[in-house]
Amino acid sequence: MEPVILRSPDVADEIKTTTCYMCACRCGIRVFLKNGDVRYIEGNRDHPVNKGVLCGKGSAGIMQHYAPSRLTAPLKRVGERGSGDYEEISWDEAMKLATGWLGDVRSSDPSKLALFTGRDQSQALTGWWASMFGTPNFAAHGGFCSVNMAAAGLYTFGGSFWEFGEPDWDKTEYFLLFGVAEDHASNPLKTGLGKLKKRGVKVAAVNPVRSGYGAIADEWIGIKPGTDGLFVAALIHEMFAAQTVDLDYLVRYTNSPWLVIQAPGTEHDGLFARDEDGNPLVFDKGREGLANGNLPDITPSLHGEYEVPSGHRAVPVFQLLAERFASGVYAPDRVASQTGVPADDIRRIARELAEAAFEKEIVLDVEWTDWAGRKHDKMIGRPVSMHAMRGISAHSNGFNTCRLIHLLQILLGSIDCPGGFRYKPPFPKAIPPHLKPGGKKGTVQPDTPLNGAPLGFPEGPEDLLIDDDGEPLRIDKAYSWDAPIAAHGLMHMVLNNAAKKDPYGIDVLFMYMSNMSWNSSMNVPGVLKYLTDKDEATGEYVIPKIIYSDAYFSEMVAYADLILPDTTYLERWDCISLLDRPISDPDGPADSIRQPVVAPDRDVRPFQDVMLDLGARLGMPGFVNDEGGAKYPGGYSDYIVNHERAPGIGPLAGWRGENGEHYGKGAPNPKQLEKYIENGCFNMHHLEPSQRYFKHANKDYLDWAKSVGFIGSTDPIVFQLYSEPLQKFRLAAQGHGPIVPPDHHKRRVEMFFDPLPFWYAPFEGAVLAEEEYPMHAITQRPMHMYHSWGSQNAWLRQITAQNKLFMNRQRAEEMELANDDWVWITSHIGRVKAQIALMEGVNPHTVWTWNAIGKRKGAWGLDDDAPEATKGFLLNHLISELLPERDGGYRYSNSDPITGQAAWYDLRVKIEKAEGDNAGESLPRFEPLRRPNEPVRPDELEFGAQFRDTPL
Amino acid sequence: MTALPAKTEKKLGLVIDLDTCVGCQACVTSCKEWNTGGYSAPLSDQNPYGADPHGTWLNRVHSYEVGDGADSQAVHFPRSCLHCEEPDCVTVCPTGASYKRAEDGIVLVNPDTCIGCKLCSWACPYGAREYDYKVGVMRKCTLCVDRIYNENLPEEDRIPACVRACPTGARHFGDIGDPDSDVSKLVAEREGYDLMPDMGYKPTNKYLPPRPKRKGDGAARNVLSETSQRSQTPGSAMDRLFAWADQQLSR
Repeated sequence: MEPVILRSPDVADEIKTTTCYMCACRCGIRVFLKNGDVRYIEGNRDHPVNKGVLCGKGSAGIMQHYAPSRLTAPLKRVGERGSGDYEEISWDEAMKLATGWLGDVRSSDPSKLALFTGRDQSQALTGWWASMFGTPNFAAHGGFCSVNMAAAGLYTFGGSFWEFGEPDWDKTEYFLLFGVAEDHASNPLKTGLGKLKKRGVKVAAVNPVRSGYGAIADEWIGIKPGTDGLFVAALIHEMFAAQTVDLDYLVRYTNSPWLVIQAPGTEHDGLFARDEDGNPLVFDKGREGLANGNLPDITPSLHGEYEVPSGHRAVPVFQLLAERFASGVYAPDRVASQTGVPADDIRRIARELAEAAFEKEIVLDVEWTDWAGRKHDKMIGRPVSMHAMRGISAHSNGFNTCRLIHLLQILLGSIDCPGGFRYKPPFPKAIPPHLKPGGKKGTVQPDTPLNGAPLGFPEGPEDLLIDDDGEPLRIDKAYSWDAPIAAHGLMHMVLNNAAKKDPYGIDVLFMYMSNMSWNSSMNVPGVLKYLTDKDEATGEYVIPKIIYSDAYFSEMVAYADLILPDTTYLERWDCISLLDRPISDPDGPADSIRQPVVAPDRDVRPFQDVMLDLGARLGMPGFVNDEGGAKYPGGYSDYIVNHERAPGIGPLAGWRGENGEHYGKGAPNPKQLEKYIENGCFNMHHLEPSQRYFKHANKDYLDWAKSVGFIGSTDPIVFQLYSEPLQKFRLAAQGHGPIVPPDHHKRRVEMFFDPLPFWYAPFEGAVLAEEEYPMHAITQRPMHMYHSWGSQNAWLRQITAQNKLFMNRQRAEEMELANDDWVWITSHIGRVKAQIALMEGVNPHTVWTWNAIGKRKGAWGLDDDAPEATKGFLLNHLISELLPERDGGYRYSNSDPITGQAAWYDLRVKIEKAEGDNAGESLPRFEPLRRPNEPVRPDELEFGAQFRDTPL
Repeated sequence: MTALPAKTEKKLGLVIDLDTCVGCQACVTSCKEWNTGGYSAPLSDQNPYGADPHGTWLNRVHSYEVGDGADSQAVHFPRSCLHCEEPDCVTVCPTGASYKRAEDGIVLVNPDTCIGCKLCSWACPYGAREYDYKVGVMRKCTLCVDRIYNENLPEEDRIPACVRACPTGARHFGDIGDPDSDVSKLVAEREGYDLMPDMGYKPTNKYLPPRPKRKGDGAARNVLSETSQRSQTPGSAMDRLFAWADQQLSR
């Protein structure tokens, strides 16, 4: 007799929807609750991001939520920084302390506050908070994450890879994936790859390491790190040679016919020739003369030399492009050895791309109207799509490499067409978006809001945040000559700069969710020194006060003076806003909320509530009402509903208006959150079929996007293959205009601010002798821990608790290294001891490891003998935050020269066997961290026993 | 010793596509999360925050490479009970705790009668059974028997948690005994195979093999040579390019 088992056991007392927060993907989830405990978390089938699926970490959310490393109460440091001597204090005392420190700064010099918010998903609030406080020193972690991708895209086609667009998974016929890209939009990418596999579409992965997505690609191209741009330039060379370029698309949607003034040595050189109204000029074959390039009825020439009204000679952008890429510099035979990709493979891939684009053309019988009002009865697509993220972004040539990839996409006519790479609204935006960074010289004043948002998009030297000597005004040197287009700030430079008082010292460092004393910093030993350096005269810390908010006992907690414990993601309100980093779909914009699904059982508060409270206590404009009381006494949920950034525009776009009848613009709706919850905690507006492609030049889309406030004008968004803003910086470096860089910056700015994309060798490799540091060293996160730290999670750490250094098997054997040997990994600033693992699928000049598995003893609620602490390691210790000294003694940050993106994938190392030193532990070691009143860690877990229908 | 049913009405099982699995571990943790609170509750974990964290899992993914150098391939291999038609893990069970259901072919362990002798885990060549050190009983994949018939779940969710979660769609669930089922058709189309068939246990679960890599496939033709409108006028490559670009192109 078979036992009788219950066919339909109870699954939950209640199921609540909310949004995952274990990475940047922000999937919709359904949380099963039983007796007040979290029973199960699954993906929400209706949600635009994950459509029901959920990844390995999202499905381990229970252990993230119940981790013993959660902070339990506010803490005040009473011993030395790093000692772990804290006392628990009340929230009242904590808030008074923070208000006192911050109030002193605000009433004297607001720029002495640096607010950097790490993996913050509420930057629309925190950025505005910084702005109302009056400090320009605000950013999240984009400076070491994504800014090369964001800036390159926004300065080229008004969109971006990252999570701001995606391949047309259902229609594309060829997918080219660059570098490690598993860390953003991870579930959409996985579901997309699943679709391609089902349709038999070719997937080619360009990546030094064959892991994850690369493992299932039809072709793995094991390129040398940092040379992707060279590979792409060679593809472009082939496109020009074979004339497999979509000329119609270029003329319609790009600035390729615009005339560029050729007047070397003058202030006009390299700028667009313009008419009296500022319109760019083209040579129109129909009129047999110059014409306004913005007109619809022109037949512009793509080559030739023309005299423009100023008397200068000028040539079309297309001609400059052709001269750069059709010449031999980027010929496959010349780039093969540098990239490690055989020339025949480059030529073949170029042919495959062209074949997919032009021979597999897609025609949709969908009527649409272009920007000039002309009706079209079809949408024609070039079904080639590409994606890139971290692997391109984290190099010092990442901005230009990303521009090269976009150039390739555009030459193939494959941006926002059927089968191509599609924008997710609110993108496309103006190129670049019309938002300048606030905080120019003289505008930062006591008790005064900043004159704009702290982060924006400069269009020339006049938008920089520099003083009369050309020196930086921001603590991270963003928007200075060091990094003029640092659109996400340079979080990686804050501690270094503040400790060295370069450009100045600060009074309060306020950080959120950013493990800056460990895996989020370059040069960890140096950073620990910066955090603990004292002024010899006063005995005070050089960075006098550090406030930190986190949900877990991370390595950074031990170095803060005041700790404001945050909730887990299941205990909070949140808002994934179109004003911040949206979660949209190409078929329409989407935003979402988190709602608390369980109540905190600790003395913790959501960080956003704390920020609103602090704003009110400080009396900051926007945070107090006319009577001086808190404007949002209900906390973040009150703010989400009632805050208006501009009339009718608030954090959420859905169900606006008193009765929820408006989308995008409308009065606050007191029942807005209820509507979101009813709908599964998200809202998606579905575009009409006629609005879904060619959004940059689609009248129905542009009109609608303007009506809801996404864009300021219905003008077509013309792709800037040639970037005039970059040329303006270059002209300044050549001595033209009122704002020119100090002498020591001139060469660098002139060299790298090329208006057309180009490839150059990553900086670290270019300055170090290759014989001495022959190997590239890169990292990625395991897929089950992407964009999260994860080791506090009892289930995920059973999958990965130790990282090894992966090496190419053949290369290792040549060096007489075997699996599991211990090696020294040495860079120009230090060495790390680690254990190796050999594999086939890695470029022979490259070693790599899983990032942020290595933990410091005592952190994250782990035992001191946890493998993360004894055998795990970080490459961060080997990565310098500064480049070696240049002429004149100045040291630039180890960053992209245009955006300031941290170049942590540029690392070069040598590998040597750790002879006679096989103690079996990684090095270096740091003193174990200690935590007061640490919760008891169980020796055994039997989570779920409480849900049994019959007790054991 | 425990008898097997003479035949089962259905052969429920999984079809796992090795061509599509990226090794993301979603099936692994969603399985753990569902089952630690379900029929097999709890799936205990030992030393969860210490030197040797280990626990009971009903599904694991192994990532490895096959072949050398340029001929090598990376494989992500999900492993769980295959719900064999003739499993020794059942027949060796001294108490009848391990059994194969006549209704659907699912191989289950009754935790109330399991004595934790581990004979079944020795008998299983696939390593699909895991001993729960806290509770002292054997655990294994139940095909989410508490989900697939569960009227408290919407019909579309009456599938194993691993299939529900899988982001790439690499996992499929159905009646492999029904030749007209979607899973059977998929197995036929993609030449799905049994794991270690020579052992004779007749696994129900099937694996779909990785498709051959296609480096130069697609036989990309040279679009230039076939497209007459491209310029092939004499002169330099640049001359030809500009001659070609010199067509009437309207904005």
